[in-house]
Amino acid sequence: MAAANIEVSETPLVLYALRRADDALILGHRLSEWCGHAPALEEDMALANMGLDLLGQARELYSYAAKVEGKDNDEDKFAYLRDVRQYRNLLLVEQPNGDFARTMVRQFFYAAFADLYWRAMMASTDPTLAAIAAKSEKESAYHLRHSSEWIVRLGDGTEESHRRAQDAVDHLWAYTGEMFAVDDSERGLIDASIAIDPAALQPRWLKTVSGVINEATLSLPSNNWMQKGGRSGSHSEHLGHLLSELQSLQRTFPGATW
Amino acid sequence: MYTQALNSSDGDDRGIEDAALAAQFQARIDADERIEPNDWMPAAYRKTLTRQISQHAHSEIVGMLPEGNWITRAPSLRRKAALLAKVQDECGHGLYLYAAAETLGTSREELVDAMLAGKAKYSSIFNYPTLTWADIGTIGWLVDGAAIMNQIPLCRCSYGPYARAMIRVCKEESFHQRQGFEIMVTLCRGTAEQKAMAQNALDRWWWPVLMMFGPPDQASQHSDTSTKWKIKRFSNDELRQKFVDATVPQAEFLGLTIPDPGMKQNANGNWEYSAIDWNEFKQVLAGNGPCNRDRIAARRKAHEEGAWVREAAAAYAEKRKGRRLAQAAE
Repeated sequence: MAAANIEVSETPLVLYALRRADDALILGHRLSEWCGHAPALEEDMALANMGLDLLGQARELYSYAAKVEGKDNDEDKFAYLRDVRQYRNLLLVEQPNGDFARTMVRQFFYAAFADLYWRAMMASTDPTLAAIAAKSEKESAYHLRHSSEWIVRLGDGTEESHRRAQDAVDHLWAYTGEMFAVDDSERGLIDASIAIDPAALQPRWLKTVSGVINEATLSLPSNNWMQKGGRSGSHSEHLGHLLSELQSLQRTFPGATW
Repeated sequence: MYTQALNSSDGDDRGIEDAALAAQFQARIDADERIEPNDWMPAAYRKTLTRQISQHAHSEIVGMLPEGNWITRAPSLRRKAALLAKVQDECGHGLYLYAAAETLGTSREELVDAMLAGKAKYSSIFNYPTLTWADIGTIGWLVDGAAIMNQIPLCRCSYGPYARAMIRVCKEESFHQRQGFEIMVTLCRGTAEQKAMAQNALDRWWWPVLMMFGPPDQASQHSDTSTKWKIKRFSNDELRQKFVDATVPQAEFLGLTIPDPGMKQNANGNWEYSAIDWNEFKQVLAGNGPCNRDRIAARRKAHEEGAWVREAAAAYAEKRKGRRLAQAAE
């Protein structure tokens, strides 16, 4: 008997916390897949370090979602007992690691956003979200610095690294628009100053990203069509495989304590 | 290298000089002084330490793989975070140890190449597979427990850089060990399936863990000089005995059975264990353990597939240097 999916009362604030928690968990999980397989030992440590930061952010956000929801859900139930259609993360973070360039460009696009996002969220009128933001901002600043430096090294390194970095930028670009999208459920939180309006961050994000991309002698794609769906549970085909691995023990041994 | 320079110097008094230096060196060891990288040391001391420290470093790195195997499947977010942090620590241990080995005059690249080519060894234990989540608890409890038994005496090893690395490593290692034991406690207090999972993991890891201490004293080829030079302070069998004596009560506490029906406590309170299958140990060291091929293949793949990244970093550093020089010249 496999453990059943939990039911979640997705009030706007619960949904909001879950979306950010899912972003952090799924990206952290992807980074953890590198463990023992990175191009250099230093990078093995850096990727694990960033994965660990993200996992920490996810745990805080899930715990907060559980508290707000006020049922008997907790961080592990949110992580292990929701299926693909219940996950709310960005499509960007579930993209496979690919080669090191894919991983770093994904990290860079997300960190450039997260850095601005968490800094802005420190002004949230929700004290828990503001506190999580204050901690996450320090971590995302490190993630942004680390990934920016790699984008420049790869873009302005060898012909091969340039080609791979450009390929990664071209491949992942279409998943960046979703970071700035707002739906009705978030609109109310933005009006109440609990959440910030991510659309307002886009010009600064683009400035940061363009600056690094230029320094790396790379270019941004001219096709600005953006894929969406992660926030409402319409994911890419990649997430199901990730979750079947992540959730295997909880699904095999329902109700056990680990 | 200093020793090579000495050995190639002319003059009939060379042998006498070496003998005098060797006597001075041994006197320093006997007085419990620490040997530092710039100090004179016998070539064989340097060689033994380079071998031992680099194998230790390789073990930390290869050791990331069996545990890394469960990071994406860890059963709770707390366990996942702890395991990721632990594997990250191990990578850090590898880096400290390569740095310690490099103080003896060989580069990390040469040492890593020797490991990838199968010329340098790593701990036999990492050639066993992690089949269930309980293996992760067992590795923390037993493998890290055995590593600590081996490493605590190394904190007083005569070579300063190695001893200092071991002090840092041991602090983190004992944290890992407690974490592993806590996983076992949770499993043993859990469902019948979890308890069975824990017992099965102990059954598979017990003997390989005892082999971690190395061959029995009468067959150990490195012990005599290593003891004289205070690289080694206890024999393989002494440490193994200490480990068994410490572990039996822990297994009892967990309600698990050590897979050695012949085990009994003697008049001194020591637990006597049955004969170890040294043939299995030899086979694993010779490359014929269950995971030897997979472990080396994974490290080679990471190394080969990461080559373009390392080349990019080097090319970029070169370009930047060139640009700075050009700027300075303007």
